Amino acid sequence: MNAPKIQSTVFMALQVNEDTRPIIEALTRDNPEAVVNRYPGMVKVDAPLRLVLKRATVEELIGSDWDLQSFNLNLISLSGNVDETDDELVLQWNR
Amino acid sequence: MTVEIKTTAVEPIRQNFGTVARRFGADKAVSRYQEASFDLQAQDNFHYRPVWDPEREIYDRRRTAVQMADWEVFKDPRQFYYASYCIQRARMQEAAEKSFDFVEKNQLIGLMAEPVRQRAEALLPLRHAEWAANQHNCFVTAYGFGSSITQGAMYAATDRLAIAQYLSRIGLLLDGSSGRALDAAKRQWLEDTAWQPLRRLCEDLLVRKDWFELLVAQDLVIDGLLHPLAFGRPAGTLAEPGAATLAMLTEFIEDWFPENRKWVDACVAAAAGESAANRALIACWVKDWSARAVAAIAPLVPLLQGEAGAALWDQAQAAWQARIAKLGLAPA
Repeated sequence: MNAPKIQSTVFMALQVNEDTRPIIEALTRDNPEAVVNRYPGMVKVDAPLRLVLKRATVEELIGSDWDLQSFNLNLISLSGNVDETDDELVLQWNR
Repeated sequence: MTVEIKTTAVEPIRQNFGTVARRFGADKAVSRYQEASFDLQAQDNFHYRPVWDPEREIYDRRRTAVQMADWEVFKDPRQFYYASYCIQRARMQEAAEKSFDFVEKNQLIGLMAEPVRQRAEALLPLRHAEWAANQHNCFVTAYGFGSSITQGAMYAATDRLAIAQYLSRIGLLLDGSSGRALDAAKRQWLEDTAWQPLRRLCEDLLVRKDWFELLVAQDLVIDGLLHPLAFGRPAGTLAEPGAATLAMLTEFIEDWFPENRKWVDACVAAAAGESAANRALIACWVKDWSARAVAAIAPLVPLLQGEAGAALWDQAQAAWQARIAKLGLAPA
């Protein structure tokens, strides 16, 4: 018997504002497979299996230091198990 | 009955301004920094020539010997436009205010060892040098061409006023708000032999007319040599009683310098990268002004840093040489 296919997509949904513009750009840059869905006031970034947000990429885009945890200020929702360090945040399903 | 909530997205017909689209390609959303910084300089169709400079237009590319095909190529690596600049400085100011409050509340100035106190007092005449730096950056803002570079110069000008004010406040902490320390510092600036070469250098720059030369002389050369010496700390000196107090009070300035340096280097690199003529011209300015700056700062070394000063001054000069070499402006 075939096991039902498990949905392994992870996502991060963020508010649309000036703070999240570089975050979204960093996500698209570091995750070539990610799909950016734009809604009024919200951007949802879907990715198969894994989504990584890297501090260094955002810092490069904004030209100054950036605290990775500050993405929480504009976070609407996310799915996946979170593995967070000072340098990167990884979303994926741990199984 | 079920209620289905739907959202309707309305796509704007245009994502951006024409000037932004022309510079950054395509009609795409760009950052506020890009929107607010580039191609805002009035370029042509000027009316009357200014009475104070009838040879030139009111905004004119010829107020510096540096030549650029496009004066809007100066990118600020910090991406400061008005809002981001204010937010960043507000954060730094909040931290600085806390430090000043803490020092005052706990009367830490009274605990300063005499050599530390002397070092603190020796910083005070620099507020006049910082005010000169403010004037030079104001000049760049006023007579410069291109909104992206003049914007950065205005922020630098404001920062210099802030630094001058923080130095003044250190003086007021030292003398119990009587102003005596500041009066003494002004006398030193005006009369002490050791300070005269630096004062003369600052005052000579006040009458220079080429704005890019001013940017090079002040922000690259003088700051690059003076700041690491004046606000640097020789290894081990933080252990002296009161040294940490002084470090708290100058932290704004220490944080500011490496950040501003990124902007200065980016501006100079962009202009020097434009043509061999620009590079030669800027290298020539660097050579001339650094010779004067080194001579002007040398007598201040023992004053600013005591016995450890000589080693720190060597380090500061070596670091500065390396920076100039990296920018491709070292004398051949």
